[in-house]
This record gives sequence, C-alpha cells and structure tokens, in this order.
Amino acid sequence: MTQAGSPKSQAAAGEGWEPKVVAFLCNWCSYTGADLAGISRLKYPANLRIIRVMCSGRVSPAFVLKAFHEGADGVLVGGCHPGDCHYLEGNYKTLKRKLVFERLLEQFGIEPGRFRLEWISGGEGDKFARVAEELVKTVRELGPLGSTAERLGRADGLALRAEGGGGNA
Amino acid sequence: MPEAKKKLKLALYWAASCGGCDIAVLDIDEKILTVAELADIVLWPVALDFKYKDVEALADQSVDVCLFNGAVRNSEQRELAELLRQKSKVMVAFGACACFGGIPALANQFDRESIFRRVYDTTPSTDNPGRVRPQTKLSVPQGDLHLPEFYNAVYKLDDVVEVDYYIPGCPPPPELVWEAITAIVEGKLPPKGSTLAGERSLCHTCKRKKEDKKVTAFHRVHEFVPDPEKCLLEQGIICSGPVTREGCGERCLNANMPCRGCFGPTPEALEHGASMLSAAATLVEGKEEAELAEVLDGIVDPLGTFYRFTLADSLLRIRNKSLGLEEKAEEGEEAAS
Repeated sequence: MTQAGSPKSQAAAGEGWEPKVVAFLCNWCSYTGADLAGISRLKYPANLRIIRVMCSGRVSPAFVLKAFHEGADGVLVGGCHPGDCHYLEGNYKTLKRKLVFERLLEQFGIEPGRFRLEWISGGEGDKFARVAEELVKTVRELGPLGSTAERLGRADGLALRAEGGGGNA
Repeated sequence: MPEAKKKLKLALYWAASCGGCDIAVLDIDEKILTVAELADIVLWPVALDFKYKDVEALADQSVDVCLFNGAVRNSEQRELAELLRQKSKVMVAFGACACFGGIPALANQFDRESIFRRVYDTTPSTDNPGRVRPQTKLSVPQGDLHLPEFYNAVYKLDDVVEVDYYIPGCPPPPELVWEAITAIVEGKLPPKGSTLAGERSLCHTCKRKKEDKKVTAFHRVHEFVPDPEKCLLEQGIICSGPVTREGCGERCLNANMPCRGCFGPTPEALEHGASMLSAAATLVEGKEEAELAEVLDGIVDPLGTFYRFTLADSLLRIRNKSLGLEEKAEEGEEAAS
C-alpha cells in the first residue's frame, strides 16, 4: 500500500504515461522470433519487458497475475505453434489454461485486450513485431491499469500493512 | 499437584463472519470446561456480555491470546482489530475469513455502490421508496449517531494488524482448535507467522484412489454423484486438494464432496486460485481449441470456484473498475436471482 498516491501513480494517469507490457517468451520459438525482429531491424514499440522462459507451458497464470499485480498494463505470452513445442505438449497446456484464464481475467475486470497468447515461431520476426505493435496500441487505448496497491488505495484509502497475494505462510 | 498458574486471559471476536467460527470453538465439546478453568474470557460477543469499553479499560498486552474470526468489511471491525491487537500478546487469525477473506471477500467483485444498490434498491423484496441508504452519521436532538463505514473492499486481518498465528478452515475443525489451545496453554507455539495446520497439500492425506488424471467433462456437485472411492478431479469435479493446505480432517471428502479450498494455499502455491485453475484446466485431454473450449466451458464461474475463500489474499484482490463494473453487478444479480 506504500505506492498509493505516489508520484508514480500520478504520472501513470497523466501525460507522460507509457504502457508497460510484460512478455513471457519461450526460449525455442518466440524469443528467437523476437531476436529475429531485432536482427532484421524491424521496428516495434519499446514498451515490452521480455522475460525468457523455457516453455510457454511454464508460464503459470499466477505469473500473469503477478505482472498485473505489480503494475503491468498488458501481458503477452508467446509460445511455439501447436505441434512445434520443444517439449511436445507444453504449449497445449498453455492453451488449455488460457481458455479458462481469459474468463477469470474478465471477472477480475481486466479488459480482454490486456492479455494475449500468441504462437510465434523462430522465423516469424515480423509476426512478433506486429503483435507487439497491436498489443501496445490496444493497451494505450485502454489506459493505465494500476498495480493492485494503487487500485486498493483508490478503493478505501486504507494504509494496509503489506501487499496482498501469495499465501500467508 | 500442578503448581497453581495464573489464569490466561482470552478474547474472542467476530468481524465479517457467519458465526460458524464461534460455534467451532464450542465444538470442542466438554473440553470447553477445561478452557474455562484455564482461561478468563474478557470478550466474546457471541456468548458473553462484555462491552468494547471493558476491553478499552484493559492494560496493553494484558490479554494473552485473541482469537479473531471474520474478515474486515467495515471501520468498526478494523477499529476492534486494532484495539485487540494493542491489548493482546498473541493475535490469531481464526478461520478462513480472518486468514484470507473467506466467503465475504467474494464481494470484492463489486464495490460499495453496487452492493448498496442491490441491497437497498433492486432486490425483489426491497420496499424502499425513499431510497434510504446507510449513513455514517445522523444528527438527532439527543446528539450525533454513528454507524461504521462500509468499505469498498473486504480485507483479511493481516492487512490491518500484525497477526502472529493463522488457524484456517471454514470453520477450523475442533481437533485443530483444541491443538491450538493446548499449544497456547503449554506455551509450545511454533515461530510467529506460522499457520497451525499441515504443510503439505490435501492430496497427500486424501485416501481416494488416484489413477489417471484425464478429464473429458466437468461436473458441478449437484449434477453428478461421484464414486466415493476415486479421486474427484479424475471424475471431473473441481476439487482444490492439489493446492490446498492439509489438516482439515477431510470432512468434505468423507461426505463425497470436493475440497473447496477453505484451508487456503499450501506454503508453495504462488497463488491459490490461479494454481488450481492451472491444475484443473490442464487435466483436459485434446489438442483442438474448439473441443478444448467446449470441455473447459464446463468450469463455470472460475473466480468464484478457484478463489472461493482466498480472494482477499489474491494478487489482484478487487475487480478493476474500468471494465463496466456496474453492468457486471447487474448481470450478477440476474444470474443469482
């Protein structure tokens, strides 16, 4: 709750706001695709914070929620095309989770455009650049989401002892 | 003859709760008489007629243990949490609501205005032509009257005060309550911050046969009578056992009902609801998106299912308002009616 009302949150609502997008990219396809976009000197927005994971199947929905919790305005998960997974079925797990997770996000009031799962192969640098462009544009139109602490601060203005989430142990 | 000890001072309080946790204390049966021998109760609204001013009059840290049940929904509950924290040496979050928000925290899908509109305007049984809403202050000739402020969100106890121990459950089972009381009396409590329950997941203690976790359809509990010997998840019933802390005595499983998660996440789970969502969704067999979607649509109300007891302990905590909260509230009303 320490962040509520901080200069950061005020800046978020104002002119200087830039969307923050966290991108979880799989090592074997999507990260290589992003790399190719760079090598090919394709232009895409600098709003992405890329996190390389071994497989999109490793990206628990909790990681996505954690990104939103800490103030991401959008999240991209990139994996290999169906059938191309380095671990055979990891990306199918991602797909199964997505089908329920998108409905969960909607119940949390997170607009559908803020979360995207895309299959991007190592050869699809252009697709990576296009997806990044589209996602940042959508998030920019939606505006800042705010971290959980900021949203809770707006709700009641209570000074909470600690940020919530992640069990009590 | 044991040495005559000074009696413990014990406080019990209920905040946003149903009263079940107070009954759980009585469920230790005749042992309650032992408690009465060992401890003087200084506050217990459900059973004894002490007033808040009696608690205010106590010296700081003079209460040995406070068992606090219920979530924090309004300013009165918060003030009492702060007062009891000040007066108590040991503060225990007692029950799922105090630990994680519990069922009341499901209201975090709506804000105060949506809840008030539903309760004071739109329920079919409401007759409120003056559209009267609760006010925090009213001036009458005799003076000012005050009501607690109803918050926009429901909070767990450790959001507002430091908590020393957690006893989860909806409600905590009598064995666990008795173990905790014994530990308190004998001064054998674990390190501060501990949860007084198991450390592993419920699946470790569940005796049902677990074979092949492949699901072709999900069922809700009223639609289907599962085989009492077999794993409920394998039968397509969402059971939160994989991500939920053990120690409940499997009361639900023994009644052929799935775990709904009232013991909260295991110490390893990054997020109770999301972890269970992940576990449930990946059980489905298949690779075609349309077919998968059809099966997975059988998981209705993911938030209410996976965060039934832990929404106030979740990463996102409250519904983001910018996505038409008002309309969503109305939809929820229609679905509920």
